[in-house]
Amino acid sequence: MKPLRPSHPYLFLAPTLLVLGIFFIYPLLLALYRSFFAWDLLTEPVYVGGGHYEALWRSGELVETLGRTLGYSLVVVVWASALGLGFAVGLNREGAVYAFVRGAVFSAYIVSWVAVGLLWLWILDGDAGILAVGLKKLGLPTTAWLSNPDTALMTLAAVTVWKITGYAMVIFLAGLQDVPKSVLEAAALDGAGPWRRFWYVTWPLLRPTAAFVATTSLILSFQAFDIVRVMTQGGPVKATTIFVYAIYESVFMNLRVGRASALTVVFFALLLGLTALQLWAWRLGQREGTT
Amino acid sequence: MRRASLLSTVVLALAGLLWIGPYLWMVSTSFKSMQEIVAAPAVPVPSSLDPSAYAAVFEAVPVGRFFLNTLVMATAIALLQIALALPAGYALAKLRFAGKRWAFGLVLACLIIPPQVTFVPVFTMLGSAGLVNTMAALVLPFGVSAFGTFLVRQAMLSVPDEIIEAARLDGATELYIVYRVLGPIVQPTLAALFLFSFVYHYSDYFWPLMMTTDDRVRTLPLAVALLREQGTGARWNIIMAGNVILSLPTFAVFALTQRRILKAVTARALG
Repeated sequence: MKPLRPSHPYLFLAPTLLVLGIFFIYPLLLALYRSFFAWDLLTEPVYVGGGHYEALWRSGELVETLGRTLGYSLVVVVWASALGLGFAVGLNREGAVYAFVRGAVFSAYIVSWVAVGLLWLWILDGDAGILAVGLKKLGLPTTAWLSNPDTALMTLAAVTVWKITGYAMVIFLAGLQDVPKSVLEAAALDGAGPWRRFWYVTWPLLRPTAAFVATTSLILSFQAFDIVRVMTQGGPVKATTIFVYAIYESVFMNLRVGRASALTVVFFALLLGLTALQLWAWRLGQREGTT
Repeated sequence: MRRASLLSTVVLALAGLLWIGPYLWMVSTSFKSMQEIVAAPAVPVPSSLDPSAYAAVFEAVPVGRFFLNTLVMATAIALLQIALALPAGYALAKLRFAGKRWAFGLVLACLIIPPQVTFVPVFTMLGSAGLVNTMAALVLPFGVSAFGTFLVRQAMLSVPDEIIEAARLDGATELYIVYRVLGPIVQPTLAALFLFSFVYHYSDYFWPLMMTTDDRVRTLPLAVALLREQGTGARWNIIMAGNVILSLPTFAVFALTQRRILKAVTARALG
């Protein structure tokens, strides 16, 4: 439509574009600029060129941090997607019990990371935690999962799976509503068992949803921070220092803003890559959906 | 049908044990005394409903103040997002003007910039503006939700032009059309946006942790996290009581508005 005055659309958009410019776009450029300086927030910044990037690469820290982050994310994606799918199919039924259980599983997704982290710290506590106590009673071996460098990262991944399985489940449930009941019934009449019905009817229709769940939870877990801060503070011996925690440590513990900015720039570049992957998966899903 | 009901049974059992179980354990622990926890850590039910851990939480941190801070912050963010998304969504959905594609592209581009990318530069920006440790530092960076703007624009696309034309003929101003005519029409979208935003920011730990050091503006998730960091040895009954206080409002809001929240989450997925 034609605006009443030519200036109207710009005035209506001005506050939105201003906030986005100040708090989204400008900070990105600022991070890029600052990544070429050494700055401790107190003294004057010193130009160091690509020194931070070089140091991050040479020390192997970048590769290690990225490895930990990807390891954590992949475990989260695979388990949360698989469990979410299983839960969606298993709980896609009428009835108060099912509705209640769906609600309980999903609620973990909206409860604060603080509450989830503290709750699992208590459950996983090496001495008095219910898991260790229970395993000891059964005569099984236990370990202090979070203070053992070999298990800490995967323990965080497990807790993250616990938190976001409900999200995957809800998206899969929405996808399941698009699977026509008549086709499933026809397949059942033709003698297809539940497994074959799932594999030949439901799954092909759910594939775009699965691609969506996998890529969004990949991006989500790639940005994880709260759980690390609450449960392990990056330890033991850096075993859980994943990307955003490494940025946080750089700026708030070591006061190295330039280095943190360089990490931020790399982190954003990686996020862009993951987003491209998501768009690609989405397009693929669209094309499959139309053929 | 037998196999399908087997899956349902397995999922129900698993969800009951692994999802509902931990919540019950949290509540149960919050009513135990520390002696009870040390003496018999695996007993599922507390010997009495002892509220002293809750009293201890209120003694350790000013819960009321933190709760109020959190409510003010989350409400302000959600309302600001709606107030700004309405005119922006109207311009992007209904008005013809030069640069529209660019403006919409900018909104979409911001969808992929999370706070985890902007917090270092924004922290230094707010620092030099003297805004660290203020409510403004918690609210302003989230004053616009790129996703919310997108959602409102999509909702307005399906509003017929005739409604706007009729209002213009009646002599309504554009602002009146945006807030009083279109606002009520896209109300379900606004409600979903409000709930999603409110619940997210109520629970948020990341941003308030980075932008505040002062109790006057700190929020409830920070206070509860501090229950563990304080003093020596974790007093799990007190920490779990803090956990219950922190998550109870989320559960309540979710129970009351389940359908809307689920709609908001799936809209985010399919939008």
